[in-house]
Amino acid sequence: MTSFLTSRRPLRGGMTGVAVAALVLATAACGGTTRGDEETTGGGGGAAAEANPDAEIPADLAVAFLPKQVNNPYFDTAAEGAEAAVSEFDGELTVTGPSEASASSQVSYINTLTQQGADVILTSANDPNAICGALDQARSAGASVVTFDSDTDPECRDLFINQATAEGIAQTQIDLIAEQIGGEGQVAFLSATANATNQNAWIEMMESYAAEEYPGIEIVATVYGDDEDQKSFQETQGLLATYPDLDGIISPTTVGIAAAARYLSSSEYKGEVALTGLGTPNQMREYVEDGTVQAFALWNPEELGYLASYAGAALAAGQITGQEGETFEAGELGEYTVEEGGVVVLGEPTVFTAENIGEFDF
Amino acid sequence: MAIETIAPPAEDQAPPRTLSDRMRLLGTGDGVITLVLVAFVLVASLAVEGFATARNTGFLLLDVVVIVLIALPLTMVIITGEIDLSVASTVGLTGAVMGQLWIAGLPLELIVPLCLLLGAVLGAVNGLLVTRLGLPSLAVTIGTLALYRGLAFVVLGDQAVADFPRAWTSWAISTIGDTGIPVAVVPLAVLVLVFGVVLHATPIGRSLYAIGNSEDAARFSGIDVARTKFWLFVVTGVIAALGGIYWTLRYGSARADNATGLELQVVAAILLGGVSIFGGRGGMVGVLAGALLLGAVRNALRLASVPADVLNIVTGVLLIAAVVAPQVTAWVRRRAAARSRSA
Repeated sequence: MTSFLTSRRPLRGGMTGVAVAALVLATAACGGTTRGDEETTGGGGGAAAEANPDAEIPADLAVAFLPKQVNNPYFDTAAEGAEAAVSEFDGELTVTGPSEASASSQVSYINTLTQQGADVILTSANDPNAICGALDQARSAGASVVTFDSDTDPECRDLFINQATAEGIAQTQIDLIAEQIGGEGQVAFLSATANATNQNAWIEMMESYAAEEYPGIEIVATVYGDDEDQKSFQETQGLLATYPDLDGIISPTTVGIAAAARYLSSSEYKGEVALTGLGTPNQMREYVEDGTVQAFALWNPEELGYLASYAGAALAAGQITGQEGETFEAGELGEYTVEEGGVVVLGEPTVFTAENIGEFDF
Repeated sequence: MAIETIAPPAEDQAPPRTLSDRMRLLGTGDGVITLVLVAFVLVASLAVEGFATARNTGFLLLDVVVIVLIALPLTMVIITGEIDLSVASTVGLTGAVMGQLWIAGLPLELIVPLCLLLGAVLGAVNGLLVTRLGLPSLAVTIGTLALYRGLAFVVLGDQAVADFPRAWTSWAISTIGDTGIPVAVVPLAVLVLVFGVVLHATPIGRSLYAIGNSEDAARFSGIDVARTKFWLFVVTGVIAALGGIYWTLRYGSARADNATGLELQVVAAILLGGVSIFGGRGGMVGVLAGALLLGAVRNALRLASVPADVLNIVTGVLLIAAVVAPQVTAWVRRRAAARSRSA
C-alpha cells in the first residue's frame, strides 16, 4: 500500500456515478422502452421444415431430461417413464438439473446441454420466461425442445406435453365425489393458496360443472391450507367443526389431500365424510387401505415422461414439426395428435383406488 | 466487528516493482488463487469436452457477471470487517419494483435510475442501522435479507413480468461477435477497474484496510469510520440494484424470488478469493479469480455430467479449503520461523 497514487484526489462518490453512467451508456442505443412500444415479433420456432410421418427415429438420439429440480419423487417417476421410452428407441438418456427449483437455476443446465450437443431437451419450466433465451440458443444449435408438466412461453419450445386439461381434472374430481356421496350433499374445497392460478381455475370449473351435472351437490366452503401440512390439517378440522352435515371434501392439491386424509383417518368422521382430490399414490396408500379414502386422481407422471420422450424423438426424426394436426406414435401409449399451439394432451387423469394403487410407486 | 486481525496487510498489498516482489505476490492469497484458476482452466480445457470453446466461455461468463458485480462493493464491506447479506434480496426487490413500474407503463430510461435510487435507499437503511444504532452488520443484514425479500413479494406477489423489450433482454445475453464474450462484460470490466483502483490505489482504499485491521487505530488516525461504512453500504445497495436490473433483463423475467440465495455465492467467491472474513485482508484480483474459479468449476462439472448434489459438495469443500488454507499456511510459516530461530 505504499502507493504511487497517494497524491490523487479520492474518488469520493465516483463509484456510483460510474455505475450509473456505464449502464446508461450501454443501454442508450436501445429502442422501444415503454410497455406496449414493441409488438411481439412472432414465432421463434423454425417451422419451415416439412414433416415426414414415415421418418425413422435416428439411432443414438441424445435425449436430456431436465426437471424443475432433481431429487423430487414426482420428476424421478417421470424420468423413469422417459428412461423406458428412450431405451425402446435405442437413444441415450441424461437426467440433469438444479438442486433447487428457482426461476433461473435451469438456465445454466440448458446452456450445458446446448454445449454437449443434446438432440432432444425435455424440460419442465420453473419460470415460463426465464429459460427462453437459453432454449432459443439450444434450438438454434439443433436441439428439439419439449416441455412437459409446466410450459414455457410457446415461442420458446417445439411442443408442450400437457398432463391433463383443466376440464378433465375438474370433471374427474366432481365425478369422483358425486359417486362417493351418492350424487347429493354438502361439499367443501380444501385448496392450496388463495392466489394459486391453477387451483382457482380448477375450483371455478368444478363449481360450474357440479351445478350443471349434480344439482343436489351444495358447495359450502373453500378453505386454504397454503400447501402446508399442518395448516391443511387444521383447516380440515375447522371444516368439519363448522359444517356438521358435511358429506365430502375435495382437495385438488397433493399436500392438502394427504393432510385431510390423516385427520379423517383418526377422527370419528372416518368413512363418514368422503375425501377425494389430487394426490400421489405413495402419500395416499395407507388411507386407501384403511378405508378413509375410496378414490382420488392424478395424472401418471411416468406416462408423462414416456410421452414427452416419444414426442421429442418424433421431432428429432422429422416425423412432426410441431404443427397442429400432425400425428405421431408414442410406443405403448399409441397415437397422439398435436393440438393448437403445439400442445399434446396426455389424456384423462388416472384414478387410483384400492384395486390399482399397488401398481404405482411415486 | 473484529478488532484483532490475522496479519498486517502492508507487505501483501504493495505493488510489485522488482522480479522478486512479483514472485512474492504469487505467494499471497491473490497470487495463489489466480494460479489455481489458471491451472484449473488448463486442466478443464484438456479433460472436459466442450469446455474450451467460445460458446462455453460465454455461458460461463454470463453465469458469473452478477456475482462479480456484487462482489466488488461487498469485498470492500468485508475488508472493513462488516458484511452485507441482504444483497440478493436487494436484487429480488429491485427486480420486483422494476416489473411493477414496467406494468405501470414507465419507460425503462426512467425505471433504471429509479431502481438504482431504490438500491441506494436499501443500502442506506443497512448503513444507518449499522453505523447510527451500532448494531452488528451480520444481524442487521440477516434481518434486511428477510425484510427486502418480503417486500419484493408484497410488490409483485407471485407474478412474473416478462414483456420487457427484446432489444434490452437480448442485449443482456448478446456476445461480442464470435468471441463468446458477453457484451455485459465490458461495462463490468470498467467497474472492476474502478473498484480495483479505489481499493488498491487511493486513500479511501487504505482507510478500508485500516478500519478492518483496527477500528480504533483508524479512528485515531482521523478516518471517519461511521461515515465510510455508511457510504459503503449505500454503494453496495446501488450495485446490488444494478445487479437486479441486469438479472431481470438477462432472464427476461422480473420475479420476487429472483436471485434467491445469491448472497452465499457472492460471499463464497470473495472468501475463495482470499479475502479474510474478519476484515483487513484481501484484494480485487483475488476476488475476480475466486468468482471465475467457482464459475469455471461449476461449469466444467456440469459439462462432465456431474449431478447437482456433487456439485454443491465440491463448492462447499472448495470454500472450506479456501478459508482453512491461510490458517494452515500461517501455521507452517510460524513453525518454519520458529525452527530457523532455534537453529
